[in-house]
Amino acid sequence: MTTFVFAALLGVSILGYLLNRRAAAGLRADGARLHSLPGYHGLFSFLSTLVPVLVLILLWLVLQGPVIDHVVMSGLPAGSLDDLDAGSRQLILAEIKSIARGQIFGEPEQWKLDAAQRYLQLQRISGWVLLAIVVILSLTIVALARSRVGAAFRARHGVERIVSGLMIFCSTVAIFTTIGIIASLLFESIRFFQMVPITEFFFGLNWEPQIPLREDQIAAEGAFGWLPVILGTIVITVVALFLAVPVGLLSAIYLNEFAPDRLRAVAKPVLEILAGVPTVVYGFFAILVVAPAMRSFGASLGIPVSPNTALAAGSVMGIMLIPFISSFTDDALSAVPRSLRDGALALGATRAETVLNVLFPAAIPGIVGGILLAVSRAIGETMIVVMAAGLIASLTINPLDSVTTVTVQIVTLLIGDTSFDNPKTLAAFALGMMLFVVTLIINVFALRIVRKYREAYD
Amino acid sequence: MADLTAGPEKTPPQGNTADAVRASLARRNRKQKLLQGLGLGAIGFAFLMLFILVASLVSSGYQAFTQTKITLEVYVDPEEIKPEKLPRGGFKDVLQASLSELLPEADTSDRATRKALAGILSNGAQFQLRDRVVADPSLIGQTITLTVPVSDPYDQLNKGTIDRDTPEQNRRLKDREIAWFDQLKAQGVISKPLNTGLITNADSRFPELAGLKGALIGSFWALFVCFAISFPLGIGAAIYLEEFAPKNKISDFIEVNINNLAAVPSVVFGLLALAVFIGWFGLPRSAPFVGGMTLALMTMPTIIIATRAALKAVPPSIREAALGIGASKHQVVFGHVLPLAMPGILTGTIIGLAQALGETAPLLLIGMNAFITSAPDGPFDSATALPTQIFIWADSPERGFVSRTSAAILVLLGFLVTMNAIAIYLRNKFERSW
Repeated sequence: MTTFVFAALLGVSILGYLLNRRAAAGLRADGARLHSLPGYHGLFSFLSTLVPVLVLILLWLVLQGPVIDHVVMSGLPAGSLDDLDAGSRQLILAEIKSIARGQIFGEPEQWKLDAAQRYLQLQRISGWVLLAIVVILSLTIVALARSRVGAAFRARHGVERIVSGLMIFCSTVAIFTTIGIIASLLFESIRFFQMVPITEFFFGLNWEPQIPLREDQIAAEGAFGWLPVILGTIVITVVALFLAVPVGLLSAIYLNEFAPDRLRAVAKPVLEILAGVPTVVYGFFAILVVAPAMRSFGASLGIPVSPNTALAAGSVMGIMLIPFISSFTDDALSAVPRSLRDGALALGATRAETVLNVLFPAAIPGIVGGILLAVSRAIGETMIVVMAAGLIASLTINPLDSVTTVTVQIVTLLIGDTSFDNPKTLAAFALGMMLFVVTLIINVFALRIVRKYREAYD
Repeated sequence: MADLTAGPEKTPPQGNTADAVRASLARRNRKQKLLQGLGLGAIGFAFLMLFILVASLVSSGYQAFTQTKITLEVYVDPEEIKPEKLPRGGFKDVLQASLSELLPEADTSDRATRKALAGILSNGAQFQLRDRVVADPSLIGQTITLTVPVSDPYDQLNKGTIDRDTPEQNRRLKDREIAWFDQLKAQGVISKPLNTGLITNADSRFPELAGLKGALIGSFWALFVCFAISFPLGIGAAIYLEEFAPKNKISDFIEVNINNLAAVPSVVFGLLALAVFIGWFGLPRSAPFVGGMTLALMTMPTIIIATRAALKAVPPSIREAALGIGASKHQVVFGHVLPLAMPGILTGTIIGLAQALGETAPLLLIGMNAFITSAPDGPFDSATALPTQIFIWADSPERGFVSRTSAAILVLLGFLVTMNAIAIYLRNKFERSW
C-alpha cells in the first residue's frame, strides 16, 4: 500500500513536469519570450507537487501507528484492561499485532482475535484514505501549477526558492539531531531521577542495577551509585593512554623528522589501516589473543590476572588510539613554522634536540588537544570494553582486576529490554547523559585548544 | 658547526664553548640515536600489532572457509517416509540407517551408541534430505547420494583443532567416536569442500550450519538506507553552508553542531535511536531501516565535511566565469561546481559508508543482535548486520564459532578494504589539480 502511495505521488509529479514543460515549449514555439526555460517550468511543477505531499505522507505514516494503536486499545471490551499497568497493556497490544500478522501462539481469547481483525481493517482504511488524499492533492497542485505557466512567470526563481528551502532543511538536520539527543537523554534521565535520588546516583559507591527488577526493592540498597562505573572507565582510559600516548608520539616524531621517504610511504597507510579497523574486531582480538596471553603471562609470574582484566581491554583500546594520537601529533609538528626549525638547526642543535626542545614545546597545545580528543574517544568507546571488560562494578584501581565502564553498562542494561518504566533501563539513559556531557565538554575544550593554537602560527 | 669540529689545530682554541661542544657531541648524538631508536620501535610496535591482529584472525578463521562433509548412500525407506505425510517423516532414522551401514560394528541396539552415532551428522542433515524429498517425492523408495555436513566436533577433529593426545575425559570426542571417524575417512566418504554455507546460510545455533546470509542482507539494507538518507542530506547541507549561507550566528551554530556530532560517542546515537525512533515513533525493533537511519545520522557529518572540502577545492575562477556569462547562483553551483566536486564527494561518502558498515554499538542498542534464522525480506524485517553477527558469534561458547567469528571478520574486513580501494581509485582517477 505504502509503495502504491509513493508510486502514485511520483507518477503525478512526473506528469506535472511533462505537462508544464510542454506548455512552456508550446508558448515559446508560438513566439513568446519566456522568462524561464521550459525545463524550469516543468521542475517548478514537479517540486511543488513532490515536496509538500511527501512531507504529508511521512507525517501520516509516523502518526498512523500510534493513532491506530490507540483506537484499537480503546475499542477493547470494557473491563479487559482494568488493573493492568502500562507494561501489560503493551504486551496485549503486541499480542494483537502478532495475531494480525498471522503469528498465533496458543489459543488467544476471542476479543483479541476481534481486535486483531479491527487492527487490520483500520490499517487498510488508513492506507486507502492516504492514497485518495495523495492523488487528489497532487493532481490539484499539478493543475494549479499548470495554470501558472506563462511567458512572464518566473519559474526559475520559484525552483531556486524551493531548492534553497530544501538545502536549509538539510543543514538544520544536524541541529535536530543534537536536539533529539539532548531531549531523549534528558527526558529519560529525568524519569530516572524521579525514581532514584540524584545524590545517590552521583555519590553512591554501589552499582548493582539488577536489583530493582524485584519491585519491592527499588533503590532500597543504594544500587545506583555511578562512582565505581566511572572509576572503571577511568582505569581503562588511563591504561589505554599509557600505551597510546608514548607510541603515538614517538612514531609521529620519527615519521616527521627521521624516517626515510620509503618507510614513511609504508607506515602512514599502515597507521590508517589500524584506524579503520572496526572496534568489534578489536574487541574480538582482545578476547581471542590479548587477554589469554596476559593471563598466562601473569600465571607464569605467579600474579593472578582476572580473565577480563582491565589491562587487556585498555591496551587493545590503546592500539586503536595510536593512529589517532600520531596523526594529531603529526599535524601539530608540521604546523610549527619552518623558521623555528631552521633557527634551531643553524644554532648547531642536533635534530633530536630541535624536535625535543623547539618543535615539541611549540606543538604542545595541538598535541594536548589531540590527546584530549583521544580521551573522549576512549571514554565513549563501546565494543572493545563490551567484549573484553567485565560486567560487575567494583571500586578498584588495580588494572589486573575486572572493571566495568559506562558504555558497557549502557549496552548491557539495554540489550533485550525495552520497557522504559523501570530504573534499570532508565539508568542507561542517565549514564548516556553523563557520557554525552563529559565527552562534549572534552571535545569543545580540545577543539578550542587546537584551533587557537593553529591561529597563533597562521 | 663544520668549522667547529673540523679545524681545532689550525685556529687557536676558541675557549670553553668549542671544547664543551666537542666533549658533549658524542653524548648528544647518542641521545639522537636513542630517540630514533625509540621512534622506530614505536612504529615497529604498531606494525607488529597489526600483523598479530591479522595473523591471528587468518590463522583461526581460514578453517571456517572449508567444511567437513560426509557423502552417504541413502535408501529413502518408504516405511519411514510416507508420501502422504510429507514434510513429516523419519528422515533422521533413514540417515542413521545409511550411516550404520558404513560402520557395521557399531551396535545400534544400544541407545547410547545410537545417539553417539547420530551425533556424527549435523542437525541440518535431516532437513537437507527432507527438502530434497519434498521437492521430488518420487525419490521415495530409491537410493540417493547425499552430501551433508558433519557436526561441529567432527569438523574440528578433521581440521586438527581437537588434540587426539588429550585424556579422553577432557576431550569432546571419545576414543570410540574418533575410531568411527577414522573408519569413515578410510572409506573415502569424508570430504572437505569450500564452505559455501558461510555465505548462503542464515544464522544457526549449530556452528557447522551458521552462515552470514542474514547479516549480509541486513547490512546491505542498513547501508542502503544510510546512503539514501545521508547522501542527499549531507550534500544539501554542505552546499548550503559552503556556497549560500550568510556568515551569521545561525550558520556558526550549525557548523559547531556538525563538528560536535562528528565526535559524539556512537553508543549515544544508539540511545537516541532507541528513545526516538523506536520509543516515540514506534518503528520496529531490530529492523535494518532503523539501523540505517541511525547510521545516517552518524555518517552525515563525515559526508558534510568531505563535501565542503571538495567544494572549496573548486577554484573561484570557475564560479566567476559562469556568473560572468549570466548564470544564476544556483545554476553556477548545480551546473558547474557540484559536478567538478563530485569525485571528492563520492570518495568522502564511500569512506563514511565504510565506517558505518563497521559500526556496532548503535545497532546493538536497537536490537540488531537478535538470533534470527532466516534472511530478512526487506528493510523492515528483523535482521542482524555483519558487525553485530560477529558480536553474537564471539559470545557463543561453541568451539566452532571461534573460527566462524574470525571468518566473518575477514569477510567484513574484505568489504572495508574493497570500499576503501574504490575510494582511493576514484580519488586518483578523477582528482584534478587546478
